Amino acid sequence: MTELIEEYQLLAAFWMTIKLTAYSAVISLVLGTILAIMRVSPVRIFEWVGTTYVTLLRNTPLTLIVLFCSLGLWGQLGIELASRESDTFIVDNGFRLAVLGLSVYHAAFVCEALRSGVNTIPLGQAEAARSIGLTFSQSMTQVILPQAFRGAITPLGNVLIALTKNTTVVAAIGVAETAYRMKAIAEFEPALLMLGFAVVALGFVILTLPMGMLTSYLSARLAVKR
Amino acid sequence: MSEDATGFPEPSTEPLVVLENVNKHFGDLHVLQDINLTVHRGEVVVVIGPSGSGKSTLCRTINRLETYESGSITIGGETLPQEGKALARLRADVGMVFQSFNLFSHKTILENVTMGPTKVRGVKSAAAKKRAMELLERVGVAHQAAKYPAQLSGGQQQRVAIARSLAMEPTVMLFDEPTSALDPEMINEVLDVMVELAKSGMTMIVVTHEMGFARKAADRVVFMSDGAILEENTPEEFFTNPQTDRAKDFLGKILTH
Repeated sequence: MTELIEEYQLLAAFWMTIKLTAYSAVISLVLGTILAIMRVSPVRIFEWVGTTYVTLLRNTPLTLIVLFCSLGLWGQLGIELASRESDTFIVDNGFRLAVLGLSVYHAAFVCEALRSGVNTIPLGQAEAARSIGLTFSQSMTQVILPQAFRGAITPLGNVLIALTKNTTVVAAIGVAETAYRMKAIAEFEPALLMLGFAVVALGFVILTLPMGMLTSYLSARLAVKR
Repeated sequence: MSEDATGFPEPSTEPLVVLENVNKHFGDLHVLQDINLTVHRGEVVVVIGPSGSGKSTLCRTINRLETYESGSITIGGETLPQEGKALARLRADVGMVFQSFNLFSHKTILENVTMGPTKVRGVKSAAAKKRAMELLERVGVAHQAAKYPAQLSGGQQQRVAIARSLAMEPTVMLFDEPTSALDPEMINEVLDVMVELAKSGMTMIVVTHEMGFARKAADRVVFMSDGAILEENTPEEFFTNPQTDRAKDFLGKILTH
C-alpha cells in the first residue's frame, strides 16, 4: 500500500485536493456572502442579479463549468491566470482555473445556505437595527450577517463537505489531484484497483469527517439563543 | 419647562411630530385614513383603540418602518426621507420600543446599548460604555450588563430596549405596545420606567392597552378605530366623557372588569 501511495504520489495528490478545497472554500464564501447580501438587498437590480446567478450556476453541472473554465476561458478566449514565462505555467494555470470553476459553482450554494441562515432571524432584529439609525450595510455587518452565519453553520458545513468531494471533478482538466491519480492506478495497476479505491475513499473520509464533527460542534456552540 | 401639580412637566407648544393627511392601504384595507396628528415637544400622547385599528401601523409609519402612500410626516420640521442615509440619520433621533423587545440576540446587554452610539454617532467605546451603564442603572438592569438577552426576563429585556433607545439621545420615543408581550407581574416594572421617562420631559408616542398608564402619564389620548382617529382629548375627559359611540363601546368593554 505504501508503495502504491509513493508510486502514484497520492500524498501530493491529497495535498492538491486540500489546496483546491481551501482556496475554493474561501473564495466561494466571499462570493456567496456578496450574493446573499444582493439577494436580500432592497435594490431590485441587485436582487435580480443575485437570483439569476444562483439559478444559473446551481442548475449547471460542475463538470460543464470546470471544462468551460479550461476549454472555454483558456482554450477559446485565451484567458490565462498564470504568467506564460513561469516554469510552472501549465500547472498553475490549470489549478487556478479549477479553483475559479469550483468557487463560482459553490458560491451559489453558499449563498443559499446563508439565506437560510438569514431566514432564521426574526424580522424584528432588522427593524431594531434600522430604528437605532444603522444604515443597510451597518445592519448587515453588525446584526444580520453575524446571526445568519451562526444559523447557517450546518448547511455551510454541508457545502464545504460537498466541495471537498467535488474537487475530484477537476481531474477532467488535468489537475493532479486525488481522482486524477486514481485514474492512473486504474489504468496501470488493475490488480491493485480495489486497494486504490479504498485508499482514496479512506483519504476523503479523513478529510471530511472532522469537517462534519466541527460544524456540529460549532453550530451547537455558537447558536444564537432567542 | 414648568411642572403641573402631578409632577409631570407641561409640554411646550412647539410642534415636533406632525402628520398631515397620511393614508396607507394594506391591499384593500384602508389602514390609515387621512391621519392628522401633531405632537408637541415634551408631550406624551397615548394611542388606544381596538385591535386592527391601525394604531401600531401609525406608530411604525412615524419612523418609516412602514411606508405610506400620501400625506406628509415631519419630525422637527424635517420631512421623513424615503430611504438611504438621510432616513437612517433621522431614525437615529427617533427612539423605538417594540412589543417583542427585539434586542440583538447575539450581543450582550451592554453591547446592545452601546452599538447605536458607537456605530451611528461615532462615540468612543469607553464613553459609550460609561453612558450605557448609567442608562442600565436608570432602568434597573445594570447588574445584567454582561448577559445575553435570552438570559433576561421579558420585563428586563424591555427595559434594556428602552435604555438602548435612550442611548441615542432621541428627540421623540415611539412605544409600540411595549407591555403586550409581558407577563402581568412584569408590566409594572416597564410602565414605571416609562412614567419616569414622561416625568423627565421626553416626548413620547405610546400605543398601549394600559389605561392606567394613559390616565397617569398621558397629556393627550388619541382614540383610533378602523384606521381613523375618532377622538383626541385629555385622559380625564376621554375616560369620563367619550364623545363617539365607538369609543364608548370600546371603553365599556375594557373598563367593566
